[in-house]
Amino acid sequence: MINALKLYGHYISISLRGQMQYRASFVMLSFGHFLATGIEFIAIAALFDRFKHIVGWQLPEIALLYAIVNTAFSFTDAMSRGFDMFGNMVKGGDFDRLLLRPRSTALQLAGQEFTLRRVGRLSQGFIVFIWANQHLHITWSPEKIALCILAIIGGICFFYALMVMQATVAFWTTESLELMNTLTYGGVQTAQYPLSVYRAWFRKFFTYVVPLASVSYFPGLALLDRTDPFGSPVIRHYISPFIGIAFLIIALQIWKIGVRHYRSTGS
Amino acid sequence: MNLIYPFKPYLAVLSARVRTLLQYRAAALAGFGTQFFWGLIRIMIFEAFFRSSTQIQPMTYDHVVTYLWLSQAFLVLVPFSADPDVRSLVRSGNIVYELVRPANLYFFWFSRAIAQRTAPGVFRALPMFIVAGLFFNMQLPPNLYATSAFIIAMICAILISAAITNLLNISTLWTLSGDGVGALLSAATWLLSGMTLPLLFFPDWAQTALNALPFRYMMDIPFRFYLGQIPPSDIWTHLPFQLAWIAILTGLGHVILNRATRRLVVQGG
Repeated sequence: MINALKLYGHYISISLRGQMQYRASFVMLSFGHFLATGIEFIAIAALFDRFKHIVGWQLPEIALLYAIVNTAFSFTDAMSRGFDMFGNMVKGGDFDRLLLRPRSTALQLAGQEFTLRRVGRLSQGFIVFIWANQHLHITWSPEKIALCILAIIGGICFFYALMVMQATVAFWTTESLELMNTLTYGGVQTAQYPLSVYRAWFRKFFTYVVPLASVSYFPGLALLDRTDPFGSPVIRHYISPFIGIAFLIIALQIWKIGVRHYRSTGS
Repeated sequence: MNLIYPFKPYLAVLSARVRTLLQYRAAALAGFGTQFFWGLIRIMIFEAFFRSSTQIQPMTYDHVVTYLWLSQAFLVLVPFSADPDVRSLVRSGNIVYELVRPANLYFFWFSRAIAQRTAPGVFRALPMFIVAGLFFNMQLPPNLYATSAFIIAMICAILISAAITNLLNISTLWTLSGDGVGALLSAATWLLSGMTLPLLFFPDWAQTALNALPFRYMMDIPFRFYLGQIPPSDIWTHLPFQLAWIAILTGLGHVILNRATRRLVVQGG
């Protein structure tokens, strides 16, 4: 385990050094990423200017949900490039090389690249978080600080699980499934608003099938001292981020089944 | 010698590109699925906003629904990135072959850009109109006048988008990748064209600024003609702006391209 972490650290430092060779390009791309992901919040703010609130939620409360999900996703997005590009790897037969090395395939893929320009999304999420915090007057008790960090970690694991599943599909289809983007990017979009905004079938899907609500909406309720209109207990809001971690563990198990099923394209 | 003769090479490259891009039907279908799901999320959010407020809004809920479906259907109109083929020509140095062609390079690439901003959209837009039209309250234009105004405005929108795409193509001559400029331009288009949000929902003071930029003419104006929200006769006030933007953006492209080819250093290898 320690050995694996060390190796991962080594992979990351190589990737970072590589990206730092193109410093100007890195700055441009990060700034572009900052703007491209940040405009979403401008649109949300414009809507609140017109409508004032959405099902009883004010803009600063939405901003907190927005900040949590964007922070979590920026980390996943930076760390999951190997899985994201996995379809091409299978197509080209390059996955064979990974199988020959005496380390887990998931670890090697995770270490493929740490995409530093995702700092663009991270920094805009952080700015929105600061802004939300100034307007919300949350009393940051130790439990709440822990919950907030846990929600972000749960979110990172949740989105990572989706990335792993997307890559796993490629074992059978030799293509990455673009439709999975609806769950990752669509998930980010969805989680920016409280679950009570959506229709029942959609809520159930993102609570029980794909547990997005566990890493955004439920911890968000607890942080804001809100009660759930659908009557879920407060204790559930506190423990729900663990579901995100469990989701990743399940995804990695499915990944192992996929690896066993793998047949090289031979190209 | 007939009238069409000087345009022949450009029409040929346009139709060849369209035919190539129409081949990617599986990708188009997946794209449709993604955009459809995305449309559903956006509509549910608007539905909740309209449920929450009794204030008079600049657009009715029904109009918003159709507007959102239109923006999902015509997503490929957003100039996301440079033409990948042009980019690899620049990188590999094969751009020299483009320069010796007995055709105007700007219009050669412009024709490709038109194909890039239309053809991949065909198999995304058609199922969107069918599915959203039959089951999800996407409405048809109220009358033939609105339809005609929409089609005219849309043709201009395609040309504006192609002109911006071509600027991205030309920028690769400087930056080799065009990613940075592309990211900034597509972010601007995303926000200012009506893709993220029907533009009328932005504050009233912002509308003047939006009117002064080309982006609104790529989505918002055509879509509102479709809805009948702008009277069809207003096409005569909007068309000059669209044509002016086409002239400005293509003119700018010409100037920059001429400069670039004069100082061009071909990548060898």
